[in-house]
Amino acid sequence: MAKYLLKRLFYLILTLFLIATITFFMMKLLPGTPLSNESKLSHSQIQMIYHTYGLDKPVWQQYLIYLAGMVRGNFGLSFQFDNQPVSYLLATRMPASFQLGIQAMIVGVLLGIIVGGIAAIRRNTWVDGTMTIISILMISIPSFVLAILLQYYIGLKAGAFPVAGWGNFSYTILPTIALAGSPFATTARFIRTEMVDVMSSDYIELAKAKGLTSTGVVYHHALRNSLIPLITLIGPLTVNLMTGSLVVENIFAVPGIGEQFVKSITTNDYPTIMGITMMYSVLLVVVLLITDIVYGIVDPRIRLQGGQS
Amino acid sequence: MAENANVSNDAFEPLGKEEHLDNEKIAAPSLTFTQDAWRRLKKNKIAFISMWILLAVLVLSLAGPLISPHQPNNAQPAYTNLPPKIPGVHIPGLDGTKAVDGGRVDAYQQQHVPSGKYWILGTDYLGRDLLSRIIAGTRVSLAVALIATLLDLTVGVGYGLISGWRGGRTDMIMQRIIEILSSVPNLVYMILLLVVMRGSLLSISLAIAISSWTTMARLIRAESLTLKSQEYILAARTLGESSWKIAWKHLIPNMSSVIIIQTMFTIPSAIFFEAFLSYIGIGIQPPTASLGTLISDGQKNFQFLPFQMWYPAVVLMVIMICFNLFADGLRDAFDPRSRE
Repeated sequence: MAKYLLKRLFYLILTLFLIATITFFMMKLLPGTPLSNESKLSHSQIQMIYHTYGLDKPVWQQYLIYLAGMVRGNFGLSFQFDNQPVSYLLATRMPASFQLGIQAMIVGVLLGIIVGGIAAIRRNTWVDGTMTIISILMISIPSFVLAILLQYYIGLKAGAFPVAGWGNFSYTILPTIALAGSPFATTARFIRTEMVDVMSSDYIELAKAKGLTSTGVVYHHALRNSLIPLITLIGPLTVNLMTGSLVVENIFAVPGIGEQFVKSITTNDYPTIMGITMMYSVLLVVVLLITDIVYGIVDPRIRLQGGQS
Repeated sequence: MAENANVSNDAFEPLGKEEHLDNEKIAAPSLTFTQDAWRRLKKNKIAFISMWILLAVLVLSLAGPLISPHQPNNAQPAYTNLPPKIPGVHIPGLDGTKAVDGGRVDAYQQQHVPSGKYWILGTDYLGRDLLSRIIAGTRVSLAVALIATLLDLTVGVGYGLISGWRGGRTDMIMQRIIEILSSVPNLVYMILLLVVMRGSLLSISLAIAISSWTTMARLIRAESLTLKSQEYILAARTLGESSWKIAWKHLIPNMSSVIIIQTMFTIPSAIFFEAFLSYIGIGIQPPTASLGTLISDGQKNFQFLPFQMWYPAVVLMVIMICFNLFADGLRDAFDPRSRE
């Protein structure tokens, strides 16, 4: 286990290093400079500004400074947004994004388990059909369309929840629903397949033969065994939530990372783009590592395979 | 009992000598793999209908320049934001009226549109015909999806085949590369690439393909590892067949179902990402229409002219739903075990 962990940590650091390097040199490839439009500046003024941002040093020095800074959580200064440090900018925006992401994950996964489970138990009936249609709909409706529809029909027309902004809990409800659509549908489909699989296995037959009630069989055996592989879904779901948060936060004007990312992309704020890129990568890499370890603990069969390879 | 015993021998008729030979005969015609899958697909009504809808969408978008009533990028400042109007139809929403303060006003009269002119799905904020833009936009979205999928297919299948077939150290290194690549959020690749390359049809397809080929490569590698140890591959190798020929003649045909199914799931996700990237403004650049840019444009006026977002959004959703349903049906058709 310790050897496995060390190996994983090594790959984790290698991955992050590669991403950091690639992002840095891609940003250097970009034509123009942040100041190329400001023709009114004199040459010495431009040099001064370059000096402030460290852009007058050779590229390899900039690269080393950038790497060294990143290790300490310093992503440089933002080109836009009042020259705040990127790390500060991100820190102020993290809580909103995390709250939305976690809420959406919980709501989506719980609902998905319930819906997928019911569909599996009532397999090949109209209940199953309806549940399948709902989950296909939720997979097929892009989060930004769902968000706009929710905002207009539930927020504005029905006036049930605040239309946009960030404040008390009620502000989080509509964005959470919009974000939860994709994890919900993915979980529901996954759980249905898993449970159908588990329900046809021998130990379920045995449990039934023992005389357990059907709820007992479903709760103690079928559901529990289907939940374990669900852990592997957490990584992909995190990616889905990141993608969704970009547009959903934008539509509901949530002061989160996703909204900041879109703003930085449209204003060519490269240090912030790099910072958010790194943050997303670190988040995903860590989530993947944790889910792998947890999965290994919960299901010893996986650990054995992992140790051999 | 006694009565039964009275049946005389005449009641029985001896079988012909040849007839028992038919017992072994296979009654149903033998089907190839594709025919069998097609038969199963036809039984799945939902998937079959989805397939026809998709074909219709494809034909409509390809025939777009011939059938669209107006030029998709032709702005007419005099006729902006007109609601849909179909002559002879008097359903609110399709008769050229729009809701103003609870009542409905004929927008065409208000803006002094000549009586012969009409726009079936209305016009956008620059006076461009929405129907023509949706047709053109669908074509762009489908083109992005198809190019991305094609790239994904070539790279993914090639990489997976080499990795699985060569095995050993090559396989180990190639798998480590995939592991590293797939622990980067695909969003990050796409956005970085598009920030550097600027959105165009090709760059978006490339960005989508780069972030999705690893799944295909993994599937193909696993598949070629299993196929590699089959006897017919061993036979082909013993007979001195080259690796290329084995890959073309044996490996790829035997993986076709995996490849087709994975492709069918890649296309809707490519369509989604195109719409997503165009929506946040780094995908297809205006004035070119794509479903994403149309939704993004329509959203600005959603409160007053909801149709401007609804129509492209509905087209996008229908395409996505049909692709997902069709892919599901296809998977069941190719792999009956998954349905069970």
